[in-house]
Amino acid sequence: MSADLPTPSSARPLPAGPSCGSCALNNVANLKKLGVDPGDCDAVVALAGNPNTGKSTVFNALTGLRQHVGNWAGTTVSRAEGAFGYDDRAFKVVDLPGTYSLLSTSADEDVARNFLLFGDPDVTVVVVDATRLERNLNLVLQVLQITDRVVVALNLMDEARRHHIEIDLRHLTRELGVPVVPMVARRGEGVPEVLAQISKTASGNRPARPCRHQRLPPAVKRAIDELAGHLVAEFPGLINARWVALRLLEGDPGTERAVRDGSLGDLALQQAIRIAS
Amino acid sequence: MTLDELPRSGRAVVERLDARGSQRRRLMDLGVLPGVEIVAQGTSPLGDPTAYLVRGSVIALRRVQARGIHIVQGERL
Repeated sequence: MSADLPTPSSARPLPAGPSCGSCALNNVANLKKLGVDPGDCDAVVALAGNPNTGKSTVFNALTGLRQHVGNWAGTTVSRAEGAFGYDDRAFKVVDLPGTYSLLSTSADEDVARNFLLFGDPDVTVVVVDATRLERNLNLVLQVLQITDRVVVALNLMDEARRHHIEIDLRHLTRELGVPVVPMVARRGEGVPEVLAQISKTASGNRPARPCRHQRLPPAVKRAIDELAGHLVAEFPGLINARWVALRLLEGDPGTERAVRDGSLGDLALQQAIRIAS
Repeated sequence: MTLDELPRSGRAVVERLDARGSQRRRLMDLGVLPGVEIVAQGTSPLGDPTAYLVRGSVIALRRVQARGIHIVQGERL
């Protein structure tokens, strides 16, 4: 059974000669898997996605680590960190527990949510299951509400093909307004392409028109603006204050608690410190 | 009609959710929204919970939860 488990070694690039370095097809040769030690990193990459979409497999393919991978939900319950070098820059990768939503309430989903909202990653890679695209897009759209520095990794493309699922990549990319990269992470397929998109996104070298359907009534919009102003005054440096304001207006008990006992400020601070260290 | 009344292998379309707060949030996060197709797949030996297929994934719901989901049977998306 262990033979069936995907290992990152299958994704290891071949040693490239000098002529290969200039070849676009072989840009995975620029990948240096740095394991757990990022040193001074230039950018932080968050790996998010629904449970059981292959986030940890993508993580292992990028970092050369062997973070535990399992074909069931809840394998990753806290965040794992690793690093890789690409295009002469060091990237820190944070593998997050699977989550269906940024509005969730369970403890492991909180880890993912807090990092995505308050950790301010330079790039968020949302790993989605190509065979369950409809359900997975819920999280993609939520992430697009808070950041446009997003790359969608459309993983498990081999399973989608086996189920005769065809995905119109051009259309999907256009609709979402961010790059969509097809992958079979356990075989290393799509790794060069996802690296290229992560690198472009991190350097701000990529246009994004994120899909945002927010037809808020003017009264709600005004309330959010006002409340967000108070929040930033109370918690300086708080990012995504408008998101927090909307949760308060919804009456979300977790958010109310975080504001009342001041842990919202600590949360934003903690995430920032963890990245810096 | 509510989801707990849907017979095994029965198909239905979700009409509205009667749940509130985090229960409602969770159902919506799992893709149970008005207009979505849902299929009763099977019941555990004791009759509760029941497995439902929704948006390509199987989720298990207790009878009390299923009772809060209003459906229209036999309709297609």
